[in-house]
Amino acid sequence: MKIQDSELSNYDIAVSLTDVSKTFGLADTSVKALKSVELKVYCGELLLLVGPSGCGKTTLLSVMAGILDSDQGIVDIFGVRVDKLSQAQKTSFRRQYIGFIFQQFNLIPTLTAAENVAVPLLIIKTPYSKAVKKAREILAMVGLGERTEFFPTQLSGGQQQRVAIARALVSEPRLIVCDEPTASLDGDTGKLIMDMFRTTALNKDRAIVVVTHDNRIFSYGDRIAEMLDGRIVNVHKNNRELIKEQ
Amino acid sequence: MLRVALQMLIGDRSKYITLVSGLAFVSLLFIQQGSVFCGLMLRTCRPVESVGAKIWVADPTLQSIDDSKPLIDTDLTRVRSVDGVKWAVPLFLRQVQVRLKSGKFQNVRLFGLDNASLVGRPGKMLVGDSASLNAPDAVIIGKAESERLENPQIGDTFELNDRIARVVGIADVPRDFLSNPYIYTTYDRALQYAPRQRKQLNFILVEPQIGLPIQQVVDNIKKTTGLAAYTEDQMRWLTIGYYMKNTGIPINIGISLTLVFVVGMAIAGQTFYAFALQNERYFGALKAMGTSSFTLVKMILLQSLTVGLIGYSIGTGAGCLIGWVNQGNRLAFFTPYQLLLISFSITIVICMLASLISIKRVLQLEPAVVFRN
Repeated sequence: MKIQDSELSNYDIAVSLTDVSKTFGLADTSVKALKSVELKVYCGELLLLVGPSGCGKTTLLSVMAGILDSDQGIVDIFGVRVDKLSQAQKTSFRRQYIGFIFQQFNLIPTLTAAENVAVPLLIIKTPYSKAVKKAREILAMVGLGERTEFFPTQLSGGQQQRVAIARALVSEPRLIVCDEPTASLDGDTGKLIMDMFRTTALNKDRAIVVVTHDNRIFSYGDRIAEMLDGRIVNVHKNNRELIKEQ
Repeated sequence: MLRVALQMLIGDRSKYITLVSGLAFVSLLFIQQGSVFCGLMLRTCRPVESVGAKIWVADPTLQSIDDSKPLIDTDLTRVRSVDGVKWAVPLFLRQVQVRLKSGKFQNVRLFGLDNASLVGRPGKMLVGDSASLNAPDAVIIGKAESERLENPQIGDTFELNDRIARVVGIADVPRDFLSNPYIYTTYDRALQYAPRQRKQLNFILVEPQIGLPIQQVVDNIKKTTGLAAYTEDQMRWLTIGYYMKNTGIPINIGISLTLVFVVGMAIAGQTFYAFALQNERYFGALKAMGTSSFTLVKMILLQSLTVGLIGYSIGTGAGCLIGWVNQGNRLAFFTPYQLLLISFSITIVICMLASLISIKRVLQLEPAVVFRN
């Protein structure tokens, strides 16, 4: 099922989570990963989701991206009730509107950088040559125009993550979810990647949610949502203007 | 995405080569063992083919061309009188012993052909003329297995039942299942070359009248004489069936082919499983990015079909090469197109079953796995 653009709301709210809970396991061994989470993410915003290990950040990101079902609550992404969609509809929704960036990049090692970036376009049945052409353009945007035919193993960690960013951008998704995008990178490369998020990936119609432990990149978020024990305990604005001046 | 699937497959050289070579090996073994089986079975009915009669008449207890109960001489005239029979001639066919010049004894297949017509004589003479059989003590030997007769040439002699036999021709005859040399002579002389029995006539060869269906004449003979009658094809299959039932060949080859199947399954299944495990995170990423389960199944099936087809082609090619190289020598090797089709089906079944493991794993894969490190 293809969701029409007209079905998406034109509101400023990209993601709205209401009373979202998720439990793993059964009976005595069950673990409540999310407990009545309430969160909004706005268009044009880069939201950082922070908290200690095991607090439910990745679970929340997975629910938000439509790759994990919540047990209860409302998951609304651009006005679409994702929690009401069937698995096939969720797959189609992700294909059209969600971009993914992973900690381990998950680039297919036997494909070149351009082919890896072209994958989301190939998934939506774009002809191969057209998909690779667009992938090369996006790679040039992230500064890898000279390395489009390199295989992932021929690229540094930072370059691989830039390829992953290009892959997330190529299908022009409305929401990009990132899981620890800088965890495998050194400090300078991590900052370079976050700069790229702000300058290349973010726009007024798109929201980016980043799960991170890395306090070196906290300054790049518009807001920071703190999680603890399956709940959002604090959401505060980051005064980026102030940080820049300092 | 199918292109991506192929690149994922071919890019992983070690697993790709393992899969292709495993399946090629399976196909090769299947073709080789199957061809040997077909070759052996085909050899059992070589004597039938070498005689080339349209209708064979024999005792009703006949089991195969090598295991017949003799007829009485008057059966020949009874058959000649059946409606639809154009002509009928006797054929003497028995295993007898030759005493070679060196003093050794060798079993041979002795054909005694109708004195006047020489029906059943070899189709192709390499040396000499089949008409020379009318000379005293004349025999024609088959080239195949003639080394067992110490490679006699024209004019050479050996003894059959204490009587002299003189080689007047060498014929191009195929090797048969028993691997005994062929010796052709006239019917009357064959009776002298073989130890005497109460009844000597083994077979009656019949030519149906022109325009009559062969099967109708066969039925007439059976009904009128009470004897067994077969078309050439029926005679071939009767003989093949006898060897299938009464030798261990089908069981032995069957066990080999079962092992080939099991080994093929083990290699392909294990490698596909390792391939699926190794690519789990990439399939998970593809799933997260919105690749449907149907597309992922198609990708895996394409990968498995690709290695299956390549492996099959290499294995079959190598198998056929073995057959081609061994053409005309002792190796019984025959590859009918049905064997190629069966081998192809087996290879594809192995691939499909092996890919089920991958498919099951990918279908059960939670896309959220991509966020687990």
